[in-house]
Amino acid sequence: MAEYSWPKQGTAALLGSEQDRIDGVDKATGAAKYSYDVVLDRMLIAKALGCPHAHCKVKSIDVSAAKKVPGVVSIHLFIDPKDEKKSEIKWQGDPIACVAAETEGAAAEGVAAIEVAYEVLEHFVNEEFLAAAERAGRVGKAGVNVELENEPSENEDEDAFVEKELKRLYDESAAVVEGYYGIHAITHMCLEPHGSTCAWQGDKLTAHLSTQSVSGTAGQFASPLSMTADDVTVHCDFIGGGFGSKFQADEWGVACAKIAKETGRPVKLMLDRDLELKVAGCRPSGFVKVKVGADKDGVVKVWDSTQWGTGGDRGAAVDEKQIPYVFNPPNRRRSAVRVSTNTGPTRAWRAPNHPQACAISQTAYDDVAAKLGIDSYDVFLRNLPSVANKKADVYAAEMEIAAKLMDWKAKWHPHGKGPAEGSIVSGLGMAIHTWGGGAVAGSCTVKVHPDGGVETFAGSQDLGTGTRTVMAMVVAETFGLPLSAVKVNIGSSKYPQANPSGGSITVGSVSETHRRASQDALAKITALVGEKLGVDGAALVARDGRIYVDGSPDKGVTWAQACSLLGMNALEVRGEYAPSSKRSPLSSSGVGGVQMAEVAVDRATGVVKMKKFVAVQDMGLVINRQTAKSQMYGGVIMGIAYALFEERIMDPATGGFVNSQIADYRLPRLGDIGEIVLEIYEPESEYSRGVVGLGEPPVISPGAAISNAVANALGVRVPVLPITPMRVFDALERVPKMA
Amino acid sequence: MKAFSFAAPRFESEVLELLGETWGQSEILAGGTDLVGLMRQMIVAPERVVYLGNVAEYRGIEADSAGVRIGAMSTLDDLADSAALAPYAAVTQAIRGINSMQLQAQGTLGGELCQRPRCWFFRNGHGLLADRGRLVAEGDNRYHAILGNDGPAKFVHPSRVAPALVALGAQVRLAGPTAEDETILPIEYFFRIPRDESERETMLLPSQVLTHLMLPAVDGVASATYEVRQGAGPDYPLAAAAAALRFDGPYVREARIVLGHAAPMPWRSAAAERAMIGLPVTPETVKAAGEAAVAAATPLASNRYKVQLARVSVERALLMAAGLETGGF
Repeated sequence: MAEYSWPKQGTAALLGSEQDRIDGVDKATGAAKYSYDVVLDRMLIAKALGCPHAHCKVKSIDVSAAKKVPGVVSIHLFIDPKDEKKSEIKWQGDPIACVAAETEGAAAEGVAAIEVAYEVLEHFVNEEFLAAAERAGRVGKAGVNVELENEPSENEDEDAFVEKELKRLYDESAAVVEGYYGIHAITHMCLEPHGSTCAWQGDKLTAHLSTQSVSGTAGQFASPLSMTADDVTVHCDFIGGGFGSKFQADEWGVACAKIAKETGRPVKLMLDRDLELKVAGCRPSGFVKVKVGADKDGVVKVWDSTQWGTGGDRGAAVDEKQIPYVFNPPNRRRSAVRVSTNTGPTRAWRAPNHPQACAISQTAYDDVAAKLGIDSYDVFLRNLPSVANKKADVYAAEMEIAAKLMDWKAKWHPHGKGPAEGSIVSGLGMAIHTWGGGAVAGSCTVKVHPDGGVETFAGSQDLGTGTRTVMAMVVAETFGLPLSAVKVNIGSSKYPQANPSGGSITVGSVSETHRRASQDALAKITALVGEKLGVDGAALVARDGRIYVDGSPDKGVTWAQACSLLGMNALEVRGEYAPSSKRSPLSSSGVGGVQMAEVAVDRATGVVKMKKFVAVQDMGLVINRQTAKSQMYGGVIMGIAYALFEERIMDPATGGFVNSQIADYRLPRLGDIGEIVLEIYEPESEYSRGVVGLGEPPVISPGAAISNAVANALGVRVPVLPITPMRVFDALERVPKMA
Repeated sequence: MKAFSFAAPRFESEVLELLGETWGQSEILAGGTDLVGLMRQMIVAPERVVYLGNVAEYRGIEADSAGVRIGAMSTLDDLADSAALAPYAAVTQAIRGINSMQLQAQGTLGGELCQRPRCWFFRNGHGLLADRGRLVAEGDNRYHAILGNDGPAKFVHPSRVAPALVALGAQVRLAGPTAEDETILPIEYFFRIPRDESERETMLLPSQVLTHLMLPAVDGVASATYEVRQGAGPDYPLAAAAAALRFDGPYVREARIVLGHAAPMPWRSAAAERAMIGLPVTPETVKAAGEAAVAAATPLASNRYKVQLARVSVERALLMAAGLETGGF
């Protein structure tokens, strides 16, 4: 078998070109059916009741009135008030019951008629102020991580040495910056909320689940229903957003299946918007107090940080070992505590940890530039030798490209020293990021029919990012066919086991399996053609709908003629990939990425407007340039959202998530994003690495880049994201009024 | 949403027969952009919904030498597109600022004035006054009132257009409770600050309907609305002000200045108005008016920034009314 490989750079017919999504028209016309759109005969609608309190015990649940509501068919309880442990609720919105009814209205009335007796307990929901969290007894044990260039001498007390060494390093620093930075929790805000429609045929369950993991969720239904996964089909043709929050069947999904079984009717249970935001995942917050020491050129020599944040009752907070982000200064002390709050649980949010780590640490690097009066660009450049991922050269090249696109040198001014037009000041900021994005294990089947038809099967899913199109491009490229010749079948757990879609692993994974399967299939077909033509199959190429002797297009057959040689049966080839220690010729892992923001700030109102945003990104070999750019646009816009607008607002009085309705959860609109300029960095050194995923990287840097641009405009750091007029006002008020 | 009966009368007499005597019996449906959400959340759960879309006399914009008479069922787009409204810059600016094709095409003038507050305690089921103001005082009040908040009501009035209409001296016509009852009153007195949960944000009784709005002839009055909007979308502004000025040469002879999103009702500032009388509109004079407008502000724990935003809104509304640059976004 030939080695798997990609065409040499510049020789591919389809790879690297800009292709519309093959399902784009279906989506634009509404022909595409999302999980929420699934409507089955005799289907019941179920709605969930979320707990109104942030912390309480459920003493009793009375459903007698709810049962009498006309149209109510079935009521399912998530909480057993008699179970001492399970009756305690620790965040608002935790599901207590759900009601299935003939109509959505009857289900809602049924939910409203459920009478629950609560014993309300003390809540704590605001983690921003660490002292308050300490007073409330909500702070966990600190983890401390120290790395110093020098070591203590023998018999020297280690703690005393660390203190002495840090003091020496700060004393020797040309600039010392002490700062406070933070970023609030946000939600995933999937346009399509979490949920499913479940239907039974005898003992077999079909779950139309809005999911990022078609292949991984059948078992999650099976186990609590005391069945095996072979009797479950998870189906998802189109999903309206997941961003890391949709890898699970969830308790409400299992409840949906149970009610369907009990009533003998299909049931749809999708979360209402406010419950969706309260319980279906959020991104943890992160706050940090930092002391940074740098030399006169702005090269950071010492970093000391105390970090805190919350992932809810017990969930993960931001990893302190990622602070400072990307940069590894030679001397570091990093401690972190987790604050337990009565807030909904976290789930992976696009590039888990990275956006927060970047926003709360590369801001400190920018403040070093401000303190020394040096161009921020030069401070980032001079600190590149310390990057942990050995991509200093990539960053340097990307910075140069980004600076040209932004016209950085011409526009830059020292922090707070730019010209004002009325009350409007402008500024520039930048940040850099990193991510893995390597392929994971998976499989697919490529099927070539004797009439030349080609189709593929994989238990993967398309989050809307263009996975179907990538699969078709890889297969069409290999067979030398037009894109439209390949039919892609995904979205069923009955198809070959494939990747979940998260962590930027999808494009690498499906490119691996589909290239392998189609190269293997092509080898079989070229062997048959070679036999017929009396030449070595290895001398044949597939291009322009024909298979022919390389260099002699006349000496060959059409694709259909070639496939007819298969005889009666279609050719089915399985493509499998599993990562190993041996580097794959088709995919790789690890990217850099540089982003720059230009903002204008109205000092009188604190309103920030995006003027221009530049994103330069490496991603190895690009399959579909158009959807790659779409990913970058999406990431940048999502980043502008959390930098300037998005925030889960927890009310201290009620413990409630008070902006959990879509009308109150602020998001940017098209008029808020300014001009976005993208550049894909793809020299031969990148192309030859093969495919690397791109979903996460572009969303990481906007928080820090925009915060840095606001600081450059104002001459004052607005320390906590999102940067709202309230926070700009607070920051400006804290410093003496400028002349 | 609770099940309800639906009525779509064609005449005012029928409307008034269908309305209940207490809140909860009926709600009026105009464009539905607010009511439907309130009903879905069960913040209101009327037994009957009375739709006004079929009442022909509640539509239309008529202008004559006395001014403009607008049916309450006119959509916000109808107003923004009307030549008769063009001289009332404060009104059309406020409507354009809503930044939502859907709200502007579907929302009506009457609904815009009668929409319920966006206060998140109210919208999350804690009542209009949120435990007699306690939850707002102790909770997250970043978007709440900085003026007129000494009583239990601490929400901000949500209307985008009301400050302009108060500044321009508009009147409203209310019909009911019986077919013989008609009330005409300055819109300034249509709004009120509720004192307990039995009251709402306007003088409208459950058995009454807001039918028309009358704007006096422009007669040399220059007006403007300025809103501090965080973004380009339909989110409510953080602060707003409308100004209507009558000049005597370069000097302000009469001024009406009204703050929006600052108090539980559109908040007319007599102090700011006095500060402008007899003076030209300059960056210095508007600064003094802005100061005067917020001199009596009583911000809550998290909304001191709104005092600054209200001050700037007054300054910029005055500058815009005088045709000057604001110097900001």
